[in-house]
Amino acid sequence: MSALLEIRDVFVRFKLRGGVFSSAGTIDAVSGVSLDIEEGKTYGIVGESGSGKTTLARAVAGLHHASEGSILYRGQELVDLPEAEFRKLRREIVMMFQDPIGSLSPRLTIKSLITEPFRIQGMSDRDLEAEAKRLLTMVGLPPEFAARYPYQISGGQARRVGVARALALDPKLLIADEPTAGLDVSIQGEMLNLLARLQDELGLAIMIITHNLNVVRHITDKVGIMYLGKLVEEGPTEEVFARPQHPYTLALLAANPEPDPDAQLMRVELQGEPPSILRRPTGCEFHTRCPFVQLRCSTEVPAWTVVHEGAHRCHFPEIWIKEEALTS
Amino acid sequence: MAVLDIRDLSVSYATPRGPLKALRNASMTISEKKITGIVGESGCGKSTLISSIIRLMAPNAKVGSGEVRFKGENLLARSENEMRALRGTEISMVFQDPMQTHNPVLTVGRQMIDIQYRDKLSKAEKRKRAAEMLALVGIPDPEARLNQYPFEFSGGMRQRIAIAMALMAKPSLLIADEPTTALDATLEVQIIKRLRELQDEIGCSILFISHHLGVIAELCDEVVVMYAGEVVESGTVRDVFHNPAHPYTRALLECDPGHIKVRTRNLPTIPGNIPDLVSLPSGCIFAERCDKRHEACEKRPAMGTAGPGHHAACHLIAERETA
Ligand SMILES: Nc1ncnc2c1ncn2[C@@H]1O[C@H](COP(=O)(O)OP(=O)(O)OP(=O)(O)O)[C@@H](O)[C@H]1O
Ligand SMILES: Nc1ncnc2c1ncn2[C@@H]1O[C@H](COP(=O)(O)OP(=O)(O)OP(=O)(O)O)[C@@H](O)[C@H]1O
Ligand code: SF4
Ligand code: SF4
Ligand SMILES: [Mg+2]
Ligand SMILES: [Mg+2]
Repeated sequence: MSALLEIRDVFVRFKLRGGVFSSAGTIDAVSGVSLDIEEGKTYGIVGESGSGKTTLARAVAGLHHASEGSILYRGQELVDLPEAEFRKLRREIVMMFQDPIGSLSPRLTIKSLITEPFRIQGMSDRDLEAEAKRLLTMVGLPPEFAARYPYQISGGQARRVGVARALALDPKLLIADEPTAGLDVSIQGEMLNLLARLQDELGLAIMIITHNLNVVRHITDKVGIMYLGKLVEEGPTEEVFARPQHPYTLALLAANPEPDPDAQLMRVELQGEPPSILRRPTGCEFHTRCPFVQLRCSTEVPAWTVVHEGAHRCHFPEIWIKEEALTS
Repeated sequence: MAVLDIRDLSVSYATPRGPLKALRNASMTISEKKITGIVGESGCGKSTLISSIIRLMAPNAKVGSGEVRFKGENLLARSENEMRALRGTEISMVFQDPMQTHNPVLTVGRQMIDIQYRDKLSKAEKRKRAAEMLALVGIPDPEARLNQYPFEFSGGMRQRIAIAMALMAKPSLLIADEPTTALDATLEVQIIKRLRELQDEIGCSILFISHHLGVIAELCDEVVVMYAGEVVESGTVRDVFHNPAHPYTRALLECDPGHIKVRTRNLPTIPGNIPDLVSLPSGCIFAERCDKRHEACEKRPAMGTAGPGHHAACHLIAERETA
């Protein structure tokens, strides 16, 4: 059976305005990403800030143009799909944005905002009053919020309005960019439990982008780790947490702050500065910062290597396990 | 010595249903050269608190009572002009939504040069300093990046630029409202380290709001816990995280998925909702959701002492002493 969403070798390229960078005229913010999202499953995307996660998500949602590659939704090609055609799909594919308040139009009341999807889809015959109430209750906000404006609510409340708006039309694929940032852990739990329930009830597929590794661990089935516009590792979440293959994944997991001031942290220090997307490092693109870098890493590009149910892009997977064995 | 001493601060918002009491008799002390965290339920008044410190409040907000003492002087008594001079020099701010900091139609470089208007440096020197600050917060190609507009950066980059801009002033108080939500864990740790170094170097105090309890544990010396517009507990991070004295704090810590190492699809939550801030309950503000509620809780508890420098507003504390 083919996946609900199949992303194949997708590139998203931005033109640089004259004078910004003296060198090349374009950057590949997403540089050849392939991944599958199954119906009813949650795929987590984590990775370095600026590695292209939001750009990839926006390409799937039809908000950025993919310069190369293919994005198949139920077998239908989304790349270059005319906007009029894409609009029909916006009932099924919805996106929650990273900036909570900034993405809500300041002149509309919360009620107009969360019922806007019905109007856009020509479903204004619905009882919008009742729908607004239903959606607000679903995300744990009192109905009186309907009359407020975005600047009259807190950051976390704006995030919940974003969730209500995204779920208004019972989508099939939810693309959620940092859906729990700004929520306290209790409401974060409520929100994630709600998504899990909808997933069980409606078979919703979720592509979630988050920096919160605690969220990833609990709610995703599969996780992909991005670095400089590419996936460097992918696999079933539990396996990746238990046995990270790529050194960047290891560093990322080790950095997760523990809610205990006396926690003994085993950090993996990354060397150097984050690399330039304009002058991509040769060989393995992580070699300028990898604590385990070897001679061939700076010249030979590591291939995407499939192991069991996962895959990675490193010449020396699990190298730290071997190093530990040597030093102990 | 306290850099910032907030006493009895009450703030409300005018709404069609009547005043919404977003902050009620909040008191807290931010010690010199210390990093103080604020945690609490979404909507508990954290952003309201800091917007009243720097006096950038919503038009419908009103300060009912209280004092905000900064280096001994009550800021609430200062004129708008004096406040403007203080903001961005003595007190810098990183907003929850980085778009609030950035002007969308100006390049980042232009904005970073503009905020140095008080410094007597040449434009080239200011530009150089701006690029150095971007590098400090881990933005690659800082020189070239200065020519770009905010929308050309990722969410986490915009957040880091906001941090860089706030630090340029070398303030004595830095207020940061969830400044690391869009940063990956390795960068977050790096920014925390930079903030700590900076705090050492220029000796500033930091007021740091975050929902990430792990970040609070790692960065902060002290922590203030808020619930529905009130301060319910405060103390050192160690005391509060290891021996929470208020039932809300305990419930909050128990909900943190960071504590739960076995994968679950059903995360713990605190049952119930926060009370309506327009018509408040008369007794303890947390009573409706508290698993330790008893008769005494129909009266509002006063702030009690749970240990040296550790305070909480719950009847259980006084009762424990008399028992
Ligand atoms: N301008 C306004 N008018 C009316 N109510 C407001 C206004 N601004 C905020 N509120 C309400 O005041 C309460 C406190 O809001 P505040 O933004 O201070 O919360 P917060 O603790 O920062 O929450 P978060 O963690 O979600 O950002 C919330 O219930 C919010 O809905
Ligand atoms: N509209 C745009 N024009 C030019 N460059 C852009 C644009 N949007 C993003 N970029 C660049 O593309 C790269 C990837 O950005 P993106 O927002 O996808 O990162 P991200 O992985 O979502 O990061 P974060 O975790 O910080 O949100 C960055 O270098 C960014 O500056
Ligand atoms: S290929 Fe080499 S440099 Fe790249 S991640 Fe693996 S060990 Fe590190
Ligand atoms: S005063 Fe009573 S209701 Fe309030 S937190 Fe303490 S035990 Fe719970
Ligand atoms: Mg992003
Ligand atoms: Mg806030």
